[in-house]
Amino acid sequence: MTAASESNEAGMLAVFADPVTPELARSLDLAGYSWKAVSSVDEGSDSEPAAGWQGAIIDCTADPEGAWAFARAIRKSDGSQVKVLVLVGGAQINDLQLRDDLFDDFCLSPFHPTEFEARLQHMLWSVGDDGAPHADLVEYGQLVLNLETYQATIAGRPLDMTYMEYELLKFLAQNPGKVFTREILLSRVWGYEYYGGARTVDVHIRRLRAKLGEEHASLIATVRSVGYRFGQSSWGN
Amino acid sequence: MLDQHRDYVLRTVEERGVRLVRLWFTDVLGNLKSFAISPAELENALEDGMTFDGSSIDGFSRIQESDVLAVPDPDTFELIPWGEPGSAEARVFCDIRSLDGTPFEGDPRQVLRRTVKAAHDQGFTFFIAPDIEFFYFEQPVKGKKPQPLDQGGYFDLTTRDAAGDLRKQTIRELEQMSIPVEYSFHEDAPSQQEIDLRHTDALTMADSVMTFRLVVKEVAASQGVHATFMPKPLWSVQGSGMHLHMSLFSGDENAFYDGGDKHALSPIAKSFMAGLLVHAAEITAVTNQTVNSYKRLVPGFEAPVHVSWARNNRSGLIRVPIAKKGNPLATRIEYRSPDPACNPYLVFSLLLAAGMRGVEQGYELPEEADANLFEMDDPTLAKLGITQLPQSLSDALQAMEQSELVHDVLGEHIFEWFLRNKRREWRDYKTHVSQFEIDRYLRSV
Repeated sequence: MTAASESNEAGMLAVFADPVTPELARSLDLAGYSWKAVSSVDEGSDSEPAAGWQGAIIDCTADPEGAWAFARAIRKSDGSQVKVLVLVGGAQINDLQLRDDLFDDFCLSPFHPTEFEARLQHMLWSVGDDGAPHADLVEYGQLVLNLETYQATIAGRPLDMTYMEYELLKFLAQNPGKVFTREILLSRVWGYEYYGGARTVDVHIRRLRAKLGEEHASLIATVRSVGYRFGQSSWGN
Repeated sequence: MLDQHRDYVLRTVEERGVRLVRLWFTDVLGNLKSFAISPAELENALEDGMTFDGSSIDGFSRIQESDVLAVPDPDTFELIPWGEPGSAEARVFCDIRSLDGTPFEGDPRQVLRRTVKAAHDQGFTFFIAPDIEFFYFEQPVKGKKPQPLDQGGYFDLTTRDAAGDLRKQTIRELEQMSIPVEYSFHEDAPSQQEIDLRHTDALTMADSVMTFRLVVKEVAASQGVHATFMPKPLWSVQGSGMHLHMSLFSGDENAFYDGGDKHALSPIAKSFMAGLLVHAAEITAVTNQTVNSYKRLVPGFEAPVHVSWARNNRSGLIRVPIAKKGNPLATRIEYRSPDPACNPYLVFSLLLAAGMRGVEQGYELPEEADANLFEMDDPTLAKLGITQLPQSLSDALQAMEQSELVHDVLGEHIFEWFLRNKRREWRDYKTHVSQFEIDRYLRSV
């Protein structure tokens, strides 16, 4: 029952389908995913790898009730951050209503292999390329901050920062579109005990922009005589 | 807060595959010192510091026990951009402590911490932006005159500008190490460069100057070029200075700015400047600490000679640059005598303390000296109350020895050691017979 590609060490996908169609198996294998077929909730938890499932693909076409039960079980399990892609038939679109909490993305079945692969890749990408299911990520455009490992990348390039640069970028990226005064940034990021004064904020913004590189420096905008804003304004200007 | 800093450092070491962590600190003369530890030892080092024998470090030696602790400052942890790919290295600046955990009195970084703290207790933050000059030469050969890479001049864009490429790469690495660059250009003399750093608080800037000197030398060495911060490497052209732009901030306000004053200078700025002028001679042994430094401080090469100030007169010791568009935040003063061979921790400490002494005691700022002082004779200068900076290391040491201010700021340990060490340097120099003397006297006398 188990098919796997040796090349993809990233993580294991649970595939709930009755049965796993040859098209589905081929698509997963060609895309290089490791996967296991599971046919019940119990089997799903028994065969779960130590690192947890990287994601789950649930085929609702043959046994909708069993499939949604499985999805609910995944959501209730510890961590519950396993990303779920559901496959539904054209007549089942309405079943998706009021079940938004049970899946992250869906694909119409029969599916187009390219679309299926693209959706799967996009869904899994946002949990980090190491497949760690509980990684705490902040993303904005090409910027990714991993709050658990304190690492950041811009367009895939790692950013080397001092601790305070990292903290400042984290705060800004967690609040995109909002304008902050230097005083607010100082108190929220540095805390009041720091005595560098508000100029410190300017110094660190300047350093962050240099490290983001010319192409991305404009992620942090100076709002004249107010302060700084990360990303696009929430008012659309 | 501290735990998170530590966590950040440890996780970064792990995630980025750092193989070696370099612990950096500075001796009394301003030389960068380093020893490396493995990542496995880092957690322990952050917690308790690393013990090492300080007796072989200039200015650290004591008669009794010689072991001291290097305690990494996690704020300064940073990856080194010139490491080999796949074996990343990181550096972290250290504070030096005695084994009982108290700040070690021979550590220049602790001197600056102390001085900055004292100013902060009075509500001020001290900001500095240095303009650092240096030369690129071909690899030096003993006994031979240094060979410049080019014959370019001020702001010149020389063709096949080897130095320009070096400068570009240097700036890239500086920015990667959190040292923003404001300007860079070719200076007056052949192969002379200037890189101006953007202002930051004094402690960070002192660390940055240490990193700066290493990066400049590293990048040059990687291309077979020798970079030097020697104050006056060529007798016929101008030397290398490190002009320091300084301002005091009180919260968000520039304490040096006063829109109502005709020069936009506040009373604090004026008495701070007065403090610098009054104590200038006493601190010169530290701002210009080599025998060679005094060959730069001569008339005719844009270096200051007189203890004076002016808005737009580059022959004075202090210049008050005119801020762009009257920007209050940009109001600052420029102290022009220091050279890049100094110890930045000690120099920043003394400048801040001298200025603050002026503020505390309400020193009166003398008249601006806007005429060309080099054209005045001694009686005229004397009438204006304008004195000269010390003419030699020996003169400077004499002025320093009598200074209560320098003694108090540096502390007994560094004060005594510095005087002793520099007197020895002067004695060695004085007994040396130079080529100048041979050429001049051997045949004629």
